[in-house]
Amino acid sequence: MLKKIFVWFLLAVLGIALYASFGRAPFGENRVGPTDNPATVSAFYLKNSAEKLQTANSVTAIVVNFRGFDTLGEVTVLFLAATGLASILYRKEDEDEEGEHLPVRINLPASSIVRTGAKILFPLILLLGIYIFVHGHLTPGGGFQGGSVIATGFLLMFITYRRFGTNHKVMVWLESLSGLAFVLTGLYGLIKYGSFLQNTPDVGHLNDLVSGGLIPLIYIFIGIKVSTELTNVLDTLMNIKPKKR
Amino acid sequence: MKEFQEIFLRYHALLQAAVYGSAVLLILIGLYAVLMKKHLVKIVIGLSIIESGVNLLFVAVGYISNHTAPIFSPGYEHAADKMVDPVPQALVLTAIVIGFATTALALSLVIRLYRHHKTANIEQLKSLRW
Repeated sequence: MLKKIFVWFLLAVLGIALYASFGRAPFGENRVGPTDNPATVSAFYLKNSAEKLQTANSVTAIVVNFRGFDTLGEVTVLFLAATGLASILYRKEDEDEEGEHLPVRINLPASSIVRTGAKILFPLILLLGIYIFVHGHLTPGGGFQGGSVIATGFLLMFITYRRFGTNHKVMVWLESLSGLAFVLTGLYGLIKYGSFLQNTPDVGHLNDLVSGGLIPLIYIFIGIKVSTELTNVLDTLMNIKPKKR
Repeated sequence: MKEFQEIFLRYHALLQAAVYGSAVLLILIGLYAVLMKKHLVKIVIGLSIIESGVNLLFVAVGYISNHTAPIFSPGYEHAADKMVDPVPQALVLTAIVIGFATTALALSLVIRLYRHHKTANIEQLKSLRW
């Protein structure tokens, strides 16, 4: 009872404090300033993503180019989470089974409507995901979004076909190679232009498919890496083995 | 478009209350779940709800009224002065991915605890008490 009162009190104080503090940052106010002569970092990014990098999507320009090193760290965190998940859930075949009452996974087949629909939708979802990460520098979206879309396609197959499995070796190699390619692209900038993940000066023209220098290349690597990683996570979670009978 | 701007200006205060209010409400709902719920999966869901609230707050702070998305699509090549702030959007993109990673890791720990103690209720996890 005392705990409940305390929690409600805490929530009320926090809510009022948060709302009041954000009430001082009026909704819809222009805090970016003029972009011709940038005074804020946002204005600088907006100006240079169009003029200097010729990248249509300035969010992509920030994520991959201006803060590319940050994104490398982000991809590493995702990789570590996927590895950690697999190692935490790892269970040896002959490990002492304690989970006597663990629910057995339902092995009933999905209905034929679901199976046919999944079969038709799966390649289309893959295509959509690839489209999203190839066009990451032109339209909303990018490597992370496209990778997630591809992983949802695999999830659809996992829950429709109980025996559907991915080739683990191929997935691991794809993931490692795309991560390595990301780092090598960064090293290319370091060797050729003097700083890690430096973009090429040859950036093409705004709104072309090949524009923005190394940005589309890096986002394609990120897309492959994220999609394989998320698929591996889903695969690990779907294959938690119940007690053998 | 003109009508939309008028409506926007007229209900601006209401809109601000709605957007910030719902973001803060999401944070509070998540925090309530984390503090009061007994089941570990519900606590993880609470963490995820807090995350959505914070992300919504971030993007809402970056919004500028009557400005467009920060994408220089054909026809908008020179409209840099008419675009919303791209930095919060890039930060939220990062935050969502990290949020996915932490949620997956937390759920795997929950599964491990459930396997070991055969319960996910924190009141029955006696070995975690102190």
